[in-house]
Amino acid sequence: MKTKVTEILGIEYPIIQGGMAWVAEHHLAAAVSEAGGLGLIGAASAPADWVREQIRAAKKLTDKPFGVNIMLMSPYADEVAEVIVEEGVKVVTTGAGSPEKYMKMWKEAGVKVIPVVASVALAKRMERCGADALVAEGTEAGGHIGENTTMVLVPQVVDAVSIPVIAAGGIADGRGIAAAFMLGAQAVQMGTHFVVTNESVVHENYKKCILKARDIDSRVTGRTTGHPVRALRNQMTKVYLQKEQEGASLEELELLTLGGLRKAVVEGDVINGSVMSGQIAGMVKEEMSCAELIQKLVRETDSLIGGKGFYE
Amino acid sequence: MLEKVKEIVADSLGAEISTLTEASSFKDDLGADSLDLFEVVMAFEEEFDVEIPSEDLEQIATIGDVVKYLEAHK
Repeated sequence: MKTKVTEILGIEYPIIQGGMAWVAEHHLAAAVSEAGGLGLIGAASAPADWVREQIRAAKKLTDKPFGVNIMLMSPYADEVAEVIVEEGVKVVTTGAGSPEKYMKMWKEAGVKVIPVVASVALAKRMERCGADALVAEGTEAGGHIGENTTMVLVPQVVDAVSIPVIAAGGIADGRGIAAAFMLGAQAVQMGTHFVVTNESVVHENYKKCILKARDIDSRVTGRTTGHPVRALRNQMTKVYLQKEQEGASLEELELLTLGGLRKAVVEGDVINGSVMSGQIAGMVKEEMSCAELIQKLVRETDSLIGGKGFYE
Repeated sequence: MLEKVKEIVADSLGAEISTLTEASSFKDDLGADSLDLFEVVMAFEEEFDVEIPSEDLEQIATIGDVVKYLEAHK
């Protein structure tokens, strides 16, 4: 499945695994890359040394390209940006802001830079400062989100820029991928389904939550704080939303989610933890290996739009 | 300049222009999130033909800050 994105990244299939905090570590990233997609290590708020270890561990598992997602609001962002260059990482995706200040360093080192954007204005700005491609992520996605849906955002970003666009948010099967191509995307990024794969190291409870989730089971906390986050509903989201409605202070709200993702992913506390997930969780019904998932996605996509000029 | 800045803010953020002052804070008074902020910054760049790098956004919290910034960088 050759598209501009697979060419830029040197990968076989236009399928990228999202750089999810705590979830996207080296086992998952390497498995996705080995299967022909692009795996990402999620640097989130982790210290630079952890990121370096993860990169080295991934390299032991795969010779294929993989990337790192850098969260720009992390206190370690400057150091992680340098580790990416030092360790010869091929691709970086960026979230939570604008990576302008690292652009020159990365471009000089030949790193492909793919910012995640949730609006047309940010997309244009990223193109101007030299991005190689963009991830346009709709509000269907899990974790930190924007307000535009994938259906609305992707074609507008595609029209606004001349670099390739990768669609994200609400995609978990070949129909979603085919739809993304119809909207003008040249690749997809998926998160939720990759959480539920054999190689994903998240706690069994976390996987079970996604597997049993229905279409209506996600909630968005923090809309009033300006940092909306999508997670599966549980005791935490219930209390949070109640308090949010009552006008609780930002500090009080933050206490509820502090360390919540780690609690759910590592300890398996899916009651009080933050079970971040996309809306598409309702469609994730089976755990499989990354290779099986990617082959299934490719088969499904091919049967819908193969040979129609969307990819070679 | 202040009037033009107010006009752009009112237009991009859907705010009532008569309520805007130099002290109006994008975040606290106008409820702008980070995406809104980029929206309005892109509009300033277009109108005043400047480039405002993201690092400089920290200096811009209020409408008065924008005027000051634009005057220093034109």
